[in-house]
Amino acid sequence: MTERFELTPSQTVGPFLSIGLTWSDGPHVVRAGTPGAIEIFGYLYDGDAAPVPDGLVETWQADPDGRFAHPDDPRGAAAGQPGFRGFGRCATDAAGRWWVRTLKPGPLPAPDGRTEAPHLDVSVFARGLLDRVVTRIYFPDEPAANDADPVLSAVDPARRATLIATPDGDKLQFDIHLQGEDETVFFDV
Amino acid sequence: MTQLDLPSYRREPGVHPPLASPDYRSTRLRSPRTPLVLLPGSLTEVTGPLFAGDRIAPNDDDLTRQHEGEPIGQRIIVHGYVRDGDGRAVADTLVEIWQANAGGRYRHVVDNWPSPLDPNFSGYGRVVTDTDGHYRFTTIRPGIYPWGNHPNAWRPAHIHFSLFGRAFAQRLVTQMYFPDDPMFSRDPIFNSIPDERARQRLISHYDHGTTQDSWAIGYRFDIVLRGRDDTPFETEPDDD
Repeated sequence: MTERFELTPSQTVGPFLSIGLTWSDGPHVVRAGTPGAIEIFGYLYDGDAAPVPDGLVETWQADPDGRFAHPDDPRGAAAGQPGFRGFGRCATDAAGRWWVRTLKPGPLPAPDGRTEAPHLDVSVFARGLLDRVVTRIYFPDEPAANDADPVLSAVDPARRATLIATPDGDKLQFDIHLQGEDETVFFDV
Repeated sequence: MTQLDLPSYRREPGVHPPLASPDYRSTRLRSPRTPLVLLPGSLTEVTGPLFAGDRIAPNDDDLTRQHEGEPIGQRIIVHGYVRDGDGRAVADTLVEIWQANAGGRYRHVVDNWPSPLDPNFSGYGRVVTDTDGHYRFTTIRPGIYPWGNHPNAWRPAHIHFSLFGRAFAQRLVTQMYFPDDPMFSRDPIFNSIPDERARQRLISHYDHGTTQDSWAIGYRFDIVLRGRDDTPFETEPDDD
């Protein structure tokens, strides 16, 4: 029996998060010019559908082979995509817009033996959010994999579309609605 | 496909503040209204970015040495241990902080209340924990500052902390407070944490052992990230 330590509670990032949490290369999950790189962008909205200009969006994802350079990936460390960070971070601008440049992740095994469709995990931070909210970005060109995804298929079908990015030219758009009619599905991780 | 044996991070309901905390006005239009959907931890949640020292620049651990002159204010040393809920040290994890200056003003375009900016203070810091999970910053004690939440509203003095841990599931952003702040009882952000004991865990302690004679006052702030359930997928035959 190990000794239990009590969890530190969350508090909001407040309105001045950009002082501490913005990195000049934050949105660059991969460098510009990386073959296969895609831009995922979107807008962050509040319950009045007004843009949230003081938020922060972070992304975390597998590499194109569906692997993580992390000791808890039991398949062993990823062979490594040079320059692939897996992590992206972007503060929203005055219009509520954020973006990351990344590579599409591969499908990945789920603990129950099923397969998860390619996805990014997303954390959203802002003034007025006392804890982060977490959502996922799925890909519009993966209808069969999305249908079989254990997480997405457990979501109310009427709300599933809030988790799937939409094509916009050669980019993908993923808007996040914190509240309201179009409220994004958020997860208890 | 073979079974994946993944760690499982414990859920501890009642520790974090409810997203809808209407006394904190900004939550009213920004907190989701639909209940969160349970996401059983999968590979994406039990892994996370591991940053070595490559994000750290000189003096990122000393907010009093980032400019030509020294900032005005009480010099303090803030340190502590980052552990998980089972007491394991969280080593090599990035800790980012940001704060107001001694007069309670942030170096930010939307903070323009009439308290002076300090040309020698930016208010951000970064360190990586050592092998024992220990971190340490030198900074100045931030001031109390007003905000528009309600009439004559002032935030207790605080330093914002951001932590990654080892897994997406452990990500935490919080605020460290100082002992005996007169604003605690009136602050809806501090009081959004429903459990009194959990709230107290955000208050640092004066640390005389760290205080340096004729130099700086020490405060200790330990941080606990989510722990893991033991042997999550072990199934024992039932004997009865």
